[in-house]
Amino acid sequence: MSDFWILLTGSLVASCCGILGAFLVLRKMAMIGDAISHSVMPGIVIAFLISGSRDSLVMMLAAMACGLLAVFLIQLFQQSGIQSDASIGVVFTAMFATGVLLVSLYARQVHLDQDAILYGEIAYVHWNTWTLNGVSMGPIAVWLLGITLTVILVVIGLFYKQFKLCAFDPALAAACGIPVALFHYLLMGLVSMATVSSFESVGAILVVGLLVIPAATAYLLTERLSVMIAMSAGVGIASTFIGYGVATVLDASIAGCIVSAAGVLFILALLFSPSHGVIWKKWRLRRLAQ
Amino acid sequence: METLWRLIQDPNMQWIFLSCTLLGLSSGVIGCFSYLRKQSLMGDTLAHAALPGICIAFMLTGTKSLLFFLLGAGAAGLVATFGIGWITRNSRIKHDAAMGIVLSSFFGFGIVLLTIIQHGEYGNQSGLDKFLFGQAAAMVGSDVLTMSIVSLSLIAVCTLFFKQFKLVSFDPGFARGLGYPVALIEQLLMFLMVVAVVVGIQAVGVVLVAALIITPAVSARYWTDKLGFMVVISGVFGALSGGIGTIISSLGSNLPTGPLTVLAATALFLISILFGPRRGLLAKRMLRLKVARSIDEEQGHKERQLEGGATL
Repeated sequence: MSDFWILLTGSLVASCCGILGAFLVLRKMAMIGDAISHSVMPGIVIAFLISGSRDSLVMMLAAMACGLLAVFLIQLFQQSGIQSDASIGVVFTAMFATGVLLVSLYARQVHLDQDAILYGEIAYVHWNTWTLNGVSMGPIAVWLLGITLTVILVVIGLFYKQFKLCAFDPALAAACGIPVALFHYLLMGLVSMATVSSFESVGAILVVGLLVIPAATAYLLTERLSVMIAMSAGVGIASTFIGYGVATVLDASIAGCIVSAAGVLFILALLFSPSHGVIWKKWRLRRLAQ
Repeated sequence: METLWRLIQDPNMQWIFLSCTLLGLSSGVIGCFSYLRKQSLMGDTLAHAALPGICIAFMLTGTKSLLFFLLGAGAAGLVATFGIGWITRNSRIKHDAAMGIVLSSFFGFGIVLLTIIQHGEYGNQSGLDKFLFGQAAAMVGSDVLTMSIVSLSLIAVCTLFFKQFKLVSFDPGFARGLGYPVALIEQLLMFLMVVAVVVGIQAVGVVLVAALIITPAVSARYWTDKLGFMVVISGVFGALSGGIGTIISSLGSNLPTGPLTVLAATALFLISILFGPRRGLLAKRMLRLKVARSIDEEQGHKERQLEGGATL
């Protein structure tokens, strides 16, 4: 049964991240995803100190607030003349440092150890269950991720056209009267939300892996946004299954194996993709030359 | 105050303080060039990519010597750099996504290796995970010595090749025209960054070492428009944050060096962005007020002239 819950949690994380990752990759904001996933740290710790529990709405809101604050600060520094790379670097390291410092200061109150922050604890997901009227409803993480996935699907589904236009041509979108900034922050809010709910299962750094790698893999395989989103989620889920299998064999970190599996899938797509693969391109060039 | 004084007199503490300061100095200097070449986040990527290198070095040698870690991490960093370049050249993946991919897959692989080491029969592995968040206080004498020597040589190389680095950072095309081996100089800069990052990991950890490269350089940019001054100021800011971080962390038992160093650097950054001459927010606000006032005066002057003309 634990296998089932771990795979389900992993697949939910992969779907949430894969869908949003497609937009991040298209808008050239992969590293902003990285920054958000690090910046939610202080929010998580502060919410934990206030509410005393791991799975609460408070935590979700605090972390989202931190994620949006990070995006806002990055934008602010960028506008005041700092390169975008550098402003991302300054903001996320400062916020992550605050988070780590808070964890070490309140180590006794906070049952979040530093390892869990980095690698996540997907193996313990099924222990932390939720009961309603005495009936066990399954792991809390699965519910949380399910809600997040629903929110993401609803928001992206409702505003698909707007998100698509903003992803490919923000200037045209602005000219058409779409509030580009609003959709930018909406997307960033969703990324923060996905990061927080995935945080406990895969850890801070590996969320980035699932945000960027499957989306980039899908980007190499298709020319259509809708197909890319579906493929990105699919590649993420496939990496979850492969990674979990490898992790059980090697007795190693599950989250690490999932991201490594995603990396291997990306390399395969990079080499063998029918439209953009390096090897096919070489082969086609050679045939043309003959 | 008394505890502080006792700490300053403690020779062990003096060594750690010295090496953290030197580390901040050298990464601040290197950071300037990477900031000007718009490669700030490369430091972050290299740091994450170093983890598998460190783990493999440990698995092969079975010792926790900084020198072997340096070699392993350096090799991993170079592979990561080439990987990013190769992905961006050979596919339509953009630079930022390529960085994200390399960063997270290397780090993921590193964590797999780390857990294998922890679960396997590698006896003396405790403290390897200290590399994730850094703990300067856990450094031993030989580490301190290696770190100081490496930091000093980084600064020496930067001083020697200052002219070349400056030219390549501002105008690589012109440098190529003058006959400088630009690709080689760029590789050298990248290699120096790998070294700075790897040495920094011990003190501030994989996740935060990027701050030592980025933050002092960005702060220094607020104070000057000359590269020479910028490098010096950035080095001083780096050294200050390293020193302050070490001192504060030694005052309490639960205070990790890495985050404190980063927060000290951030504090210096905030001071710079507020009070920097000409570019700082306050200076800009003052300038705007001054311009607004002079426009007002001019307007008033014209109006008076017009009124004067009407009465005539």
